[in-house]
Amino acid sequence: MSFDLADSVLDDFPILHRRVRGNQKLVYLDSAATSQKPTEVIEAVSNYYETTNATIHRSGHELGELASAAYESARANVASFVGVESGNLVFTKNATESINLIAYAILNATLLNSKDTNLYRKYALKADDEIWLTEMEHHANLVPWQHLSKVTGAKLKYIAVSEDGELQFDANQITRKAKIIAVTHQSNVLGTINNIAEISKVANLNNALLILDACQSVPHLPTNFAELGVAAAAWSGHKMLGPTGIGLLYLRNDLLTELPPFLFGGNMIENVTFEQSTFRSDNGRFEAGTMNIAQAVGLSAAVDYLKNVGMTKIHGHESALIKYALSELLQMPGIRVLGPRSADNRGGIVSFEVNGVHPHDVSQFLDAKGIAVRAGHHCAWPLHRKIGAVASTRASFYLYNTKQDVTDFLDALSQVRKYFKVV
Amino acid sequence: MHLDSLYQEIILDHYRNPAGNGLQDKFSGEAFHINTSCGDEVKVRVLVQDATISQMSHVGVGCSISRASASILHDLTKGVSVVEFNRLLDEFVNLMHSQGKMIPDEQILGDAAAFAGVSKYPARVKCALLPWMAMKEAIEGDSRE
Ligand SMILES: Cc1ncc(COP(=O)(O)O)c(C=O)c1O
Repeated sequence: MSFDLADSVLDDFPILHRRVRGNQKLVYLDSAATSQKPTEVIEAVSNYYETTNATIHRSGHELGELASAAYESARANVASFVGVESGNLVFTKNATESINLIAYAILNATLLNSKDTNLYRKYALKADDEIWLTEMEHHANLVPWQHLSKVTGAKLKYIAVSEDGELQFDANQITRKAKIIAVTHQSNVLGTINNIAEISKVANLNNALLILDACQSVPHLPTNFAELGVAAAAWSGHKMLGPTGIGLLYLRNDLLTELPPFLFGGNMIENVTFEQSTFRSDNGRFEAGTMNIAQAVGLSAAVDYLKNVGMTKIHGHESALIKYALSELLQMPGIRVLGPRSADNRGGIVSFEVNGVHPHDVSQFLDAKGIAVRAGHHCAWPLHRKIGAVASTRASFYLYNTKQDVTDFLDALSQVRKYFKVV
Repeated sequence: MHLDSLYQEIILDHYRNPAGNGLQDKFSGEAFHINTSCGDEVKVRVLVQDATISQMSHVGVGCSISRASASILHDLTKGVSVVEFNRLLDEFVNLMHSQGKMIPDEQILGDAAAFAGVSKYPARVKCALLPWMAMKEAIEGDSRE
């Protein structure tokens, strides 16, 4: 097992050298919430503003041309990173918006279908239809579907999560009634990496749209959406070394050309009269208004950085960290680890409960030692209820975390119960 | 350690042995509050007679700060008039929003003065306020008042 990667990249991340809570070394274990940014990304954003800034696709001047080229090359770079064509990639502001975009597009298809046209029949939902989710979804991949279900009458169904945090997927549950299956690739709480290929087969067999929440996979694993056979995938740039304010949505050709728009306004139109408008038929149909151009450029620099290091190497590094953390945590008295006991099918995330000490108090104690973890329900409240935890504390790792970070975390954690006098 | 200013001994004592824990059958008002950022919850019951709080009880799940706050609130408000409760509430809310800059009046706030350290941690202010806000609603919801 090698932990060398972090040593070679640490100097690229300026923030990891700052001090916190007095004069203590920062141990950042909250990358599942958002990642830190390497100098290359920070400079790409400021360089864009210093040399290139203009609006895209509408300005005939040189800066406009340069900005458009930078934006489109960012798109191509990100698309190739996940194994798809750049024409199938839509920029949004975050994963939450990406998922809402599809949910609202389907809602619009349902509303328009009941009026006059057959155009959207394929996507229109009826009361008999089913929307399938899993019990481990982030609110971002749950609340929009609840809304869609409420408005259209389609039923919400859940793939159950087992005691040890695995999906209990039963192919027989999925029938022709299933119109949408929205699943996370990797749980942001349990760390479980789900078998998407298996679900994809069943989804495609039943003509259901498989929508992947790839927030926790694209930044950490080699990911190829074309190979996975998903209809759509949503993720966020800020969790993969990129800036905030840039999200991604992959749409398969059929969805890309057939779904009605979500946001209406500038750029997304083909022709506008006082009475009505027609809309573009490419990915521009889903990019209304001025986009987050600098952030797209920054994200492209993040993708270059990740490619340069290599996703297989990053995944291997995180696997080594989680293996080490998990083996220690499972032996620590008073700790209940949530999710799989084995590190084999787990990303670099571990959530746990400390007997007698609330997660807020655990994280406050660690924070006093410069260790940044997260406490709460991590936007997966129903999952916490299901597994019988009010909340949990979560440590999550990325390429820049050292073995020493994990050791510091474990050392501090082993003192928590004593501090709160529950042992 | 800085942390000790947040987790004062009084707070940890109340956390481990909360007073007023367990709902009383006799009550005039009740409220359930939830901290949406972490899922912590508290249910408060009050028995108000002649505009005076004769009893406050609570159950909940939460961190040391929110549980201790409920316990201290129970002790602090026993036999206190509703008018006085509102004054205490104002005083406590001011303290919580003081970002560590206010010296609490122990004469007025009693053990609740120990929460002064909490006001330096913005993420924890909600925890301390949770039972107070629930109690306020429980009192106001009492239609016989
Ligand atoms: C699995 C998962 N889905 C969705 C999201 C939402 O991402 P964002 O807040 O960037 O839209 C997150 C991150 O918080 C996540 O971890």
